[in-house]
Amino acid sequence: MLLKGYEVVVGLEVHAELNTKTKIYCNCRNSFGLEVNTQVCPICLGMPGTLPTLNEKVVEYAIKMGHALNCSINRVCKQDRKNYFYPDLPKSYQISQADIPLCQNGYLDVILENGEVKRVGVERIHIEEDAGKLLHSDKFDGSLVDFNRCGVPLIEIVSKPDMRGSAEAKAYLETIRSILKYIDISDCKMQEGSIRCDVNVSVHKPGEPFGTRCEMKNVNSFSAAVRGIDFEAERQIEILESGGTVVQETRRWDDQKGVSVSMRTKEDAQDYRYFPEPDLLTIVVPEEKVKELKDTLPELPNAKIMRYSSDYGLSRYDAAMIVDVPEKSAFFEKCIEAGCKAPKLLANWVLGEISKFMNEGTAIEDTKLTAEKMSELVGLISDGKISTAAAKTIFDVIVKEDRDIISIIEEKGLSQVSDEAALEAIADEVLKANEKSVSDYLGGKTNALGYLVGQCMKASKGKANPGVMKEIILKKIGG
Amino acid sequence: MKLYEYNAFELSEMLRKREISSVELTASVLDRADEVDGKVNAYLKTDRELSLKSAENADKLIASGEAKSRLAGIPVGIKDNISTAGILTTCASKMLENYVPVFNATVIEKLNAAGAVITGKLNMDEFAMGSSTENSFFKTTKNPFDLTRVPGGSSGGSAAAVSCGEAVIALGSDTGGSIRQPASLCGVVGLKPTYGSVSRYGLVAFASSLDQIGPFGRCVKDVALLQDEIQGHDKMDATSAARSYPSLYDSLSGDVAGLKIGIPSEYYGEGVKPEVAEAVMNCVSELEKRGAKAVPISLPSTKYALSAYYIIACAEASSNLARFDGVKYGYRAKDCDGLIDMYEKTRSEGFGREVKRRIMLGTFVLSSGYFDAYYKKAKLLQKRIAKEFEDAFKTVDVIVTPTSPSEAFKIGDKVSDPLEMYKADICTVTVNIAGLPAVSVPCGYSEAGLPYGMQIIGRKFDEKTVLNLAYAHETAFGGFRRPEI
Repeated sequence: MLLKGYEVVVGLEVHAELNTKTKIYCNCRNSFGLEVNTQVCPICLGMPGTLPTLNEKVVEYAIKMGHALNCSINRVCKQDRKNYFYPDLPKSYQISQADIPLCQNGYLDVILENGEVKRVGVERIHIEEDAGKLLHSDKFDGSLVDFNRCGVPLIEIVSKPDMRGSAEAKAYLETIRSILKYIDISDCKMQEGSIRCDVNVSVHKPGEPFGTRCEMKNVNSFSAAVRGIDFEAERQIEILESGGTVVQETRRWDDQKGVSVSMRTKEDAQDYRYFPEPDLLTIVVPEEKVKELKDTLPELPNAKIMRYSSDYGLSRYDAAMIVDVPEKSAFFEKCIEAGCKAPKLLANWVLGEISKFMNEGTAIEDTKLTAEKMSELVGLISDGKISTAAAKTIFDVIVKEDRDIISIIEEKGLSQVSDEAALEAIADEVLKANEKSVSDYLGGKTNALGYLVGQCMKASKGKANPGVMKEIILKKIGG
Repeated sequence: MKLYEYNAFELSEMLRKREISSVELTASVLDRADEVDGKVNAYLKTDRELSLKSAENADKLIASGEAKSRLAGIPVGIKDNISTAGILTTCASKMLENYVPVFNATVIEKLNAAGAVITGKLNMDEFAMGSSTENSFFKTTKNPFDLTRVPGGSSGGSAAAVSCGEAVIALGSDTGGSIRQPASLCGVVGLKPTYGSVSRYGLVAFASSLDQIGPFGRCVKDVALLQDEIQGHDKMDATSAARSYPSLYDSLSGDVAGLKIGIPSEYYGEGVKPEVAEAVMNCVSELEKRGAKAVPISLPSTKYALSAYYIIACAEASSNLARFDGVKYGYRAKDCDGLIDMYEKTRSEGFGREVKRRIMLGTFVLSSGYFDAYYKKAKLLQKRIAKEFEDAFKTVDVIVTPTSPSEAFKIGDKVSDPLEMYKADICTVTVNIAGLPAVSVPCGYSEAGLPYGMQIIGRKFDEKTVLNLAYAHETAFGGFRRPEI
């Protein structure tokens, strides 16, 4: 898709915090939101004389992601120091990986909104430690530092510049997030900063070589990424259209103002003076371990989406909506296992009523709803035994109480009437009382039919099968 | 004979037999420090009350019969770059003038567990950078054999203290010769253990891939005793080697029959004083009389070692010392105009000249565009040097060289010429580059009575052979010669 005649090229660097129990180089707890400077020790504070020791779980988690993104795994790799001064970085260097990342040369197939599949190259995934956080307040002069986040393990996932425009970038980011959740290596809470990204954007006319790229930092949400890419593309196009040239630089995205601001040009680029971390040994992962980790991968979200649409006839959009939340997907699959024969109808319920209470913060397991009952309920609807309205009433009960569906139907008299004789009697009465609507319908006002069916339903106290009812009415008025 | 004059292994026996108490012994050592330290300047910090209290505890431990270590009750001096919880650890720098660690280095934990008594913190070149202890921010330590001369460095305080009885034994650290060279200049024994055999946890890093903590003593047995206590795998140090560490003290036999001693020509020529080379060769001849065999060998890459060493060491130092930024602890400059100004002033004012010189050198060699030309090349040389040693050890069991190219030089002589100062490490840096163990033992004296040192280098983790040869030599050559102060 072109923007004002230009192709917009996007590459992304995603930083995801891993949800290991402890930090990457010490035994401090890895958790968010605790009292400032309580999850710290001499090691993550970088006190003189302390040494890092690698948490092997971090390597395992990163390899899992590498497998999920079809990467080759560098079984032998090293860690390097990235040197720069900043008050939130207590050692004044970050332990990261420079020339030999743990995983590289992968790809990710992303399902776009129109259902098409786009393959995005993954250049590398490496492990590194997070820095602390500066705190500013009017209540004191200067800045304070919270070191709790120092040493929280991160993976950085670097894509190839394979995305064209913000929509593809968004789909890529959502897929990455979904995978992180499915393989359960990150909490993926954007508001807690557990996923952050740097965005590279360039523009060029189709058929011409890639333009000069700008890197945007401080992109803290997916919607900010979309806004940032759109802004940056427009900015670059404007420069080119007015005869200027784009300067390679690092820019900072200001989401509140909706603009990117220059931080530094290529000439002032920081020299991080990477060199091998002498305090840590070479990472050597046994081949069996790499294989073992691959075998532990669950079915990944994209595969699920494809399966839901091919096996159950769901639209890719609906399938993606279910798969996006592992809990919904798990429940959906349990219902299928419990024998649900109407997966599309089931999907509507999962995305409708179930999503409704989940959005309010209630988990399925906090309710009395079971896959067996949901499956039974959907079955009753699809068999025409109860109406959708009745099903809604039953649903509200079985979410709150552990009750038998049949007994609820009996108690509330919810079974649907499909008996034609009974329905014909109702129809006769309604048609007699609504002669105007009948003539309206015959005069071409087709929506009068809906009104008549509605009146019949009302007269049946909702028990009539609306499909059968409609047929009867049409037969009687000869439409 | 005063108690402070005895060797640790003798004192250990006396303590076990309850002939003396640790309190008496510790008091004797501290009295000696009171007596001579005004002249020698070995200590940066002593705390009599604290030391005597731990001596009392040691006495109780010994009395209860639960003292397992031979070091129980023995006073040990500690170089001031080894972290001691609750006790100033300054690295002899203005930057850390008021820095008190909240944790103990692993070696300190081990000494505490053994019931050893810490006498105080010893002077050094700032952040262990130097060969004379003149780079201390606080004071210059004097050579006990001649107070107008340097004790060597960077562990000059440790060597001088042991030499003149202000400590029975002491810990130092060695990155390019910082234990062996001062040991040589002060006439004592100093061991630089194999890289990975002593935990570096709590040692304020200079060059992480080269630093090793090691022992000083007035005799080989004492060095073995202290090394026995501090060696061993530590899960807090990823570079520490997981293997078994049998007692070195128990293995000292003095039997060197059949031992092949490599004599590398490169260590006896240019830059090394002929008298020193001669003294070493005389001792080798003595060892040959006891059944060892000298074999001429060649280590041709030695000539590149000093350059490679200073590139690697400075590169790592530039990164290791970056944490001293005025933000969290240590010195912070006053009247700063913003963050960058604070960084610049703090580091300009907090570090001494030599430290700044090495930080700049290290920053330069790691810079983009220079990394390949300097750092990468130095790492290749490191591999080559290590390989030459490995090959040499296929035909010889140990390699013997002078430790320092000359006896102790005059205070102030080399201060204005850093390159001359760097050359003081010419015989020792290769050992760190190759990660090998090496000991320096006294092997002769100049006409003026200043000690020369002989370096014995061994295979990785073969401290046993190194110390055993040193022990045989010590027996033949005669023991420690006490300086007159």
